[in-house]
Amino acid sequence: MTKKKQPEPAETGATEHQLWEVFTQPGGGKPFEHAGSVHAPDAEMALQNARDVYARRGEAVNLWVVPSSAIVASTPEDIGPFFDPGNDKPYRHPQFYKVPRGIKV
Amino acid sequence: MTPTPAATEDPKRLAEFEARIARGDTIEPKDWMPEKYRRQLIRMMSQHAHSEVVGMLPEGNWITRAPSLRRKMSLLAKVQDEAGHGLYIYCGAETLGVDRHELVSQLLNGTAKYASIFNYPTLTWADIGAIGWLVDGAAIVNQTMLAKASYGPYARAMVRICKEENFHKRQGFEIMSLLSAGTPEQRAMAQDALDRWWWPSLMMFGPHDKDSPNSGELLRWGIKQKGNDELRQRFVNLTVGQAKAINLTIPDPKLRHDAETGNWAFGEIDWDEFWRVVKGDGQCNRERLTARRKAHADGAWVREAAEAHAAKRARLESVA
Repeated sequence: MTKKKQPEPAETGATEHQLWEVFTQPGGGKPFEHAGSVHAPDAEMALQNARDVYARRGEAVNLWVVPSSAIVASTPEDIGPFFDPGNDKPYRHPQFYKVPRGIKV
Repeated sequence: MTPTPAATEDPKRLAEFEARIARGDTIEPKDWMPEKYRRQLIRMMSQHAHSEVVGMLPEGNWITRAPSLRRKMSLLAKVQDEAGHGLYIYCGAETLGVDRHELVSQLLNGTAKYASIFNYPTLTWADIGAIGWLVDGAAIVNQTMLAKASYGPYARAMVRICKEENFHKRQGFEIMSLLSAGTPEQRAMAQDALDRWWWPSLMMFGPHDKDSPNSGELLRWGIKQKGNDELRQRFVNLTVGQAKAINLTIPDPKLRHDAETGNWAFGEIDWDEFWRVVKGDGQCNRERLTARRKAHADGAWVREAAEAHAAKRARLESVA
């Protein structure tokens, strides 16, 4: 063959499809939670794979799939400074406020 | 103890890490971890995932020969679960920075291990019962412990798996109890399956802790919470009563109740057989890998078609 060599089928099949993170909503009104991930070449197939892997027993009423590369996450090193501003603002919590004894507010 | 390669890690970070383990913290993918912890997890999780995948083969063998439609539906659903379990664990392993494709390649080229139990043949329908009852039963004991593993993605995959394994165990036990109460031939078939699967099931827990090259490190870092021998004993204690309840005899003349410890004492495992099968010389090692390679090659066109479809859709969307 003189044609420019196309990748052999075995070679194209030898790579993994894109990685997607899967989020499931376990029931109506509940928040979505991370379930795991699946590989799929596009969003539609990612959704179908996510259903087959993470919702075989009615564990989900809704699914989200998100390309893993699109997830932006805090880093463990952030734990101190990044979340720190919350710690010195006790006035965000109801217990900060005094209410006369015997009154329910 | 010989010094571990962990000694090359930054001692301060290692100490912080081990303090986290001691506090019972869960380690998440982006947290700092010793390289050896990462390597142990990749080894253990990929072996575990491979076991789920190879575990489909001995049972898949009986799907077309299940004795009724009810049994066939159950077995199909169980085998589908095993594929799902493999995927949960591969996905957990990928959070450690390894590509699934690399792990699958290691299985197919024979460099990765999987549970030796799947290198035994399924000769009769009763073997499907014995696998569900004993093999999944042993897996539940092991995986319930792993659901508390220090690595978050592994522990969470185990929680998911444990929820599904009880169906596997009960469908197996139902098969065994019905056969045992059936005709003399059916009873003999159930007993024969127990005779052949009992010892390999005990081997599933691995070598004695003192002979296990990995146990110490896995326990120290909270990947495992309990040793192989303790888990094996728990499995025996759970199973003896179940066998009695369905009038089957566990093939161990040394089995006896030890009033002092409350445990069922049992005979010694044939460790020569254990190591022979681990090293690739069991009855079905070659057959399993050949079947797995063929399935992977036969499925290549599906993966390619999916890619071609996705590429075509993307092209059409960009034109529109």
